[in-house]
Amino acid sequence: MKNLNKNKYQALIGGHAAAEAMRQINPEVVAAYPITPQTPIIEKFAEFAADKKVDTEFICAESEHSALSATVGASAAGVRAMTATSSQGLALMNEILSVASGLRLPIVMPMVNRALSAPINIHCDHSDSMSARDLGWIQIFCETAQEVYEYTFFALKLAEKVLLPAMVMQDGFSTSHNVEPVKIYPDKIIKKFIGQYKPKYSLLDIKKPITVGPLVLPDYYFEIKYQEIEAMEEARKVYLETGKELKKITGNNYPYFEKYKLDDAEAAIVVSSSSAGTAKAVIDKLRKEGKKVGLLKPILFRPFPQKEIRESLKNLKIIAVLDRSVSFGGEAPLFSEIKNSLYPLDKKPLLQSYVFGLGGRDLFEQEVEEVFEELLKNKTGQVKYIGLRK
Amino acid sequence: MLKSSSQIPLGGNIIKPGNSSEYKTGNWKTFSPVWDKDKCAQCLICPVNCPENCIPVKEGKRLETNFDFCKGCGICSQVCPFGAIHMKKCQTS
Ligand code: SF4
Ligand code: SF4
Repeated sequence: MKNLNKNKYQALIGGHAAAEAMRQINPEVVAAYPITPQTPIIEKFAEFAADKKVDTEFICAESEHSALSATVGASAAGVRAMTATSSQGLALMNEILSVASGLRLPIVMPMVNRALSAPINIHCDHSDSMSARDLGWIQIFCETAQEVYEYTFFALKLAEKVLLPAMVMQDGFSTSHNVEPVKIYPDKIIKKFIGQYKPKYSLLDIKKPITVGPLVLPDYYFEIKYQEIEAMEEARKVYLETGKELKKITGNNYPYFEKYKLDDAEAAIVVSSSSAGTAKAVIDKLRKEGKKVGLLKPILFRPFPQKEIRESLKNLKIIAVLDRSVSFGGEAPLFSEIKNSLYPLDKKPLLQSYVFGLGGRDLFEQEVEEVFEELLKNKTGQVKYIGLRK
Repeated sequence: MLKSSSQIPLGGNIIKPGNSSEYKTGNWKTFSPVWDKDKCAQCLICPVNCPENCIPVKEGKRLETNFDFCKGCGICSQVCPFGAIHMKKCQTS
């Protein structure tokens, strides 16, 4: 770590990086209920609210169902409204998740990934956000606290353009509770980037009364869902445009996915979030030994960039997809997306599915190295479970 | 004419107040009331019992049912003391 400008960098845990972005967004309403490991986000933001560093109406809800309901109400009223959650909290919100997307409310929700009960566990895996992948929310997976910070206001801009809610994921504890240097951009610049929020409809605009959430029967429901399908498609384009705009401020790229030493690789791992960092360290080591290995780290999971992923993976001999969640009785979610993406190719790379890290089980460099060793033998088979005692 | 996806407000919002009369519910019915004017004594029991308020009354007399909103519940037929309304199965289109 060299020459970090102290004025620009703050030592932040991932949770506080999300809270810092929320402070700069300064939403009119935040309604939340604390749940480990999302707590640092909400504690920090509550502090900002108490210290009057934000103008936010901070609502301590009695459950996550209420927290998201209040956020939906505020958003429908025409203001920026946010919440944050993890695991069981997201599960309790489930009913309202599709209400937020169905009503086309651009709510941004930082999400700290944590395993679902039972058995109860507070550590990271992705089963919580994967269970919400089909509910019309944009889903962005972050590796570092820096990504968490930047993608939070990035997601706000994207959400408000396409009128879909967005969740921005970080790994429980690995990211949410570990300190990293985070480059913070001046408030003024971020406020200018996100701009003024002009809601398309507002429940509280008494000059233009509207009804939000009426009954829609078979004659129109399908058409309204198709609007949502189209909005998700539109989000692909707007994601890249938003990235170009933000790059002017940060100098960073905002691709659908990160490629790490992938272009000339023969064997690659696909893994998202903090585990991608572990994979990069192993790739550096194996590259020094002359092994042609690389990584594809998905960032945007919904909408899923099938075409672009296909282009990036088509020349590989063999790929391992590492999922931090399972689909009981089916293929793991990320594996299934990657496999589908490759389907149109005449000459498909070999694919191997791995499941790892459930309930916060660590993924060690040694284990990633073993995955690459297996891959370099060019053999695939049944799903493998990293570090599991069968 | 039903509108297409791009012609309707986002998320099913209703952006014009007081427009429920544009939402015709008459096609929900399986049975349709047939009113026999000759048997009708104009007692006006049916209009006050119709839950859809779709039997118009003008100058103390009931008129033909408004089929755009009649849901075919059959209440009018049940309450008519003169047997002036019978329910007929709708043609399926
Ligand atoms: S069938 Fe029901 S809705 Fe139709 S006119 Fe009679 S009472 Fe009214
Ligand atoms: S209840 Fe029967 S008799 Fe009375 S107004 Fe209606 S149709 Fe006529």
